[in-house]
Amino acid sequence: MPDLLIELFSEEIPARMQARAADDLRKRVTDGLVEAGLTYAHAKAFSTPRRLTLALEDLLAESPTVKEERKGPKVGAPDKAIEGFLRGAGVSRDDLEERDTPKGAVYFATITKPGRAAAEIVAEVLEDTIRNFPWAKSMRWGAGSLRWVRPLHSILCILSDAEGTTVVPLDIDGIKSGNKTQGHRFMGDGRFAVTGFEDYEVKLKRSHVILNSEERAAAIWNDATQMAFAQGLEVVDDQGLLSEVAGLVEWPVVLMGDIAEDFLGLPPEVLQTSMKEHQKFFSVRNPKTGRIEKFITVANRETNDHGKTILAGNQKVLFARLSDAKFFWENDLRVAKAGAEAWLESLNNVTFHNKLGSQGERIARIAALAADVARLAGAEANVADQAARFAKADLSSEMVYEFPELQGLMGRYYAQAAGHGEDIAAAAQEHYSPLGPSDAVPSAPVSVSVALADKLDTLTGFWAIDEKPTGSKDPFALRRAALGVIRLVLENDLRVPLDRYFDLQLLRHEIAQNGDDTTSLKLMQDMVQEIAGHGVFGAAVRTVLDAVDGDLPQNMEDLKGRLPDTSGDLLSFFHDRLKVYLRDQGIRHDVIDACVAMDGNDDLTLLVKRARALQDFLATEDGENLLQGFKRANNILAQAEDKDGVEYSYGADVKFAESDVEKALFGALDGAEGAISSAIEAEDFASAMASMAALRAPIDAFFEAVQVNSDNDIIRRNRLNLLSRIRVICSGAADLTRVEG
Amino acid sequence: MANIDSKPRSFQEIILRLQNYWAEKGCAVMQPYDMEVGAGTFHPATTLRSLGSKPWAAAYVQPSRRPTDGRYGENPNRLQHYYQYQVLIKPSPPNLQELYLGSLAAIGIDMELHDIRFVEDDWESPTLGAWGLGWEVWCDGMEVSQFTYFQQVGGHDCHPVSGELTYGLERLAMYVLGVDHVMDMPYNDPQSAIALSYGDVFRQTEQEYSRWNFDVANTDVLLKHFEEAEAECESILSQEHMDPKTGKRIVMAHPAYDQCIKASHLFNLLDARGVISVTERQAYIGRVRALAKKCADAFVLTEAGGYAA
Repeated sequence: MPDLLIELFSEEIPARMQARAADDLRKRVTDGLVEAGLTYAHAKAFSTPRRLTLALEDLLAESPTVKEERKGPKVGAPDKAIEGFLRGAGVSRDDLEERDTPKGAVYFATITKPGRAAAEIVAEVLEDTIRNFPWAKSMRWGAGSLRWVRPLHSILCILSDAEGTTVVPLDIDGIKSGNKTQGHRFMGDGRFAVTGFEDYEVKLKRSHVILNSEERAAAIWNDATQMAFAQGLEVVDDQGLLSEVAGLVEWPVVLMGDIAEDFLGLPPEVLQTSMKEHQKFFSVRNPKTGRIEKFITVANRETNDHGKTILAGNQKVLFARLSDAKFFWENDLRVAKAGAEAWLESLNNVTFHNKLGSQGERIARIAALAADVARLAGAEANVADQAARFAKADLSSEMVYEFPELQGLMGRYYAQAAGHGEDIAAAAQEHYSPLGPSDAVPSAPVSVSVALADKLDTLTGFWAIDEKPTGSKDPFALRRAALGVIRLVLENDLRVPLDRYFDLQLLRHEIAQNGDDTTSLKLMQDMVQEIAGHGVFGAAVRTVLDAVDGDLPQNMEDLKGRLPDTSGDLLSFFHDRLKVYLRDQGIRHDVIDACVAMDGNDDLTLLVKRARALQDFLATEDGENLLQGFKRANNILAQAEDKDGVEYSYGADVKFAESDVEKALFGALDGAEGAISSAIEAEDFASAMASMAALRAPIDAFFEAVQVNSDNDIIRRNRLNLLSRIRVICSGAADLTRVEG
Repeated sequence: MANIDSKPRSFQEIILRLQNYWAEKGCAVMQPYDMEVGAGTFHPATTLRSLGSKPWAAAYVQPSRRPTDGRYGENPNRLQHYYQYQVLIKPSPPNLQELYLGSLAAIGIDMELHDIRFVEDDWESPTLGAWGLGWEVWCDGMEVSQFTYFQQVGGHDCHPVSGELTYGLERLAMYVLGVDHVMDMPYNDPQSAIALSYGDVFRQTEQEYSRWNFDVANTDVLLKHFEEAEAECESILSQEHMDPKTGKRIVMAHPAYDQCIKASHLFNLLDARGVISVTERQAYIGRVRALAKKCADAFVLTEAGGYAA
């Protein structure tokens, strides 16, 4: 059985696309071959900067002959029908076979599809693969219309077995297949023919190409670590960079160079980022000092001077790059040391969003909110305010302009330079966190205050202008922001009445957007004061607006209706995100619904505490049975209330109890009620639910022995009121009607 | 002309060798465009000539201005005014990479000693409504050229595709000449009677323009000029194709495009003055792009753009 070797040789393929492309080549070609009946034993795909290669072992020499049976018309059918069938099946009348079927004698034809030679199938499949290759980005070149990632130059496609090697003939827009390839662009020695994969791999290596990217990566890492180790240093691990660099070379040669003394004072992150982003250098660290002292670059060739020229060139480039970085750093430090006023000033001229004003306005809002929430996070309001005002200053710095990924981190350095305390410096770095579900959550009180305020301002802002996420579209990463708030609150065990802060910040957005009219502005500012001081929107609005003599401005009337809706909508968005977050931790969505239905559902810590207790409770046998008892009581009660058109909540009296079982239930409820409500008061939901569980037996016994719908109306009503007590008591910790099952 | 096998000795010799090399390879060696542009790509010999079906091969030096890159002549390799060498061949020949490597050899880069790499760098010019795929070419880790296969210009698909090479001349020359600070680079032959360094020629202007670009340029005036250039461009393109005076069909793609170039440079100046916010930035770029697209639309209606009456 022959082996197949394919190589698509092109101009340099972007490093980040190579592995995926090799895999796509393997998949597309093998899928196509198998579909056409050509199976194989083993497939391997490879990539270098200039080639994608696929090697298949033990391919069938031809596809198997396939016999297909086709049912035709009935015997005796009109000639026209029979002829039509013969034409379609491609057989003659003599080939037909008559068979008896339950529906009478029917003609059958057996169509034989002869096997096809591997070469023929390979040519078809490869052409189709090349023409429809799933490049993320492809291009045309010259005057042609073929698309490839970069101009495609040659196609090697051979089948080889014991008999020898044959070229699979192929011509794609003038590129003819052959058995030749070429080696390294500079160290290779022209084009050469190959007879099979082993021959190919060996000859490539002789022509200074290591075909396997993992082999190249391993060689780079090995040489780099050895070289660093020999000088008592270590290479900063960076697998992403390693695989990228392995995709930039066919013949890796590792070189280590010095970083000029001038630059060793730059923050290590700046050195590392600059070297990696611009030069694709590895950083080499001195483990004793933690400083980055050298770099490693990977060249694509050997030279007679053992890389001396190449290294000198790289060093020179690095010098220029780091001169830039140093220029930025020193300029920035000057501004920072002067208090960073210039940056803050310039942020007033930078638009955050055309409907949400400038960065400067945004910062002022965040600072106000940070001060509001500071106490809850355990920070001083004025420190949180100060931290928030500084936190985004680095966005104006030259370093962050050059390396946006250093935002926050530079803020920390610059806050230190400005003479701010460590808490303010940390907030500058940490207030963006957490950025994703696995990112660390800040715990320093000032950082937490600013992080919360930053995210809440963003969320309320986009809610205020009705730019909410829809479906897969979330251009402002609002889901991530909400998850950030959820994690900040839960992981720091904070008690934050979110409603109040939504309202506050929505009002601040309102002031920014519609505060032109002085009367309205004054009213809204008063409301902000009220909310910050005492409570939530409704009460604040009443307090402020009731004090107004005469007519309210129209926009105040509008605000009264609109703002609570927006705030409520945002809270339910949070509840949805919380569900997703807790689902990953195994908490059922109906359990969360049951807890969301309770008062204080904007206090996420309380909400989750409730949910965890309920989830645990429902997992016990008592819990499950109590739920059934509760549901039974609730159903009977709901039906009766529906029928009678009244609500039974008047209070049952034990004197109408007929049996001991019924009296026992009265006793149990009397006994449990106090314990349950004081446990709920203390937010000890587990104890509350444990006390509820104790009700399970008397409730079960009650239903077992007592018929609620007594003929005696007084007794019936008393029993319904008794059920109502069950409903009230059992609903104290969560709305059990929402629990499924 | 010095022996091609020897190392060049000055900035200008590198330019001359590139001119000779590409002339030998059949390019029309053109002169710089006589307007302020941000890059060699803006020269109509590239932007406009990459459009349409007619074959084209041109090479030229283009002085380029990037006001935000000014460093008062102090930075070893950042300048607000510098030179690009630009080659455009349509359709891109199959051996364009080899031709390019030949040009490096011509200016004295020994392929046996240096590490030349083609590193992915897709080119996009939001102001020209243009994009292409290609690489930045690295020599020992330094970007010495941009190599691009144009796919779209001014919103038009390129058919055939042009291959574009852009060399940053100062950087390349500094490397070849082994100079660490651009101002120290010999401009003419250091053996000349009057030897001039790059600094002798340009240090003072870098200072003057840095000051003007960053702190002095009158933004109200720049803004007004921007609006005027935009209006003029549109007015030119709104003219009838038939010239009433000569009775000939004259589509004024180039004069309109001049106004587009002007608007683009004015935007760069405004940007350097720091008066354009992030969101406004997008709006300005969009306005210049709209002009570039209209100019491209007009060019393909001209003879050079492949229009056949």
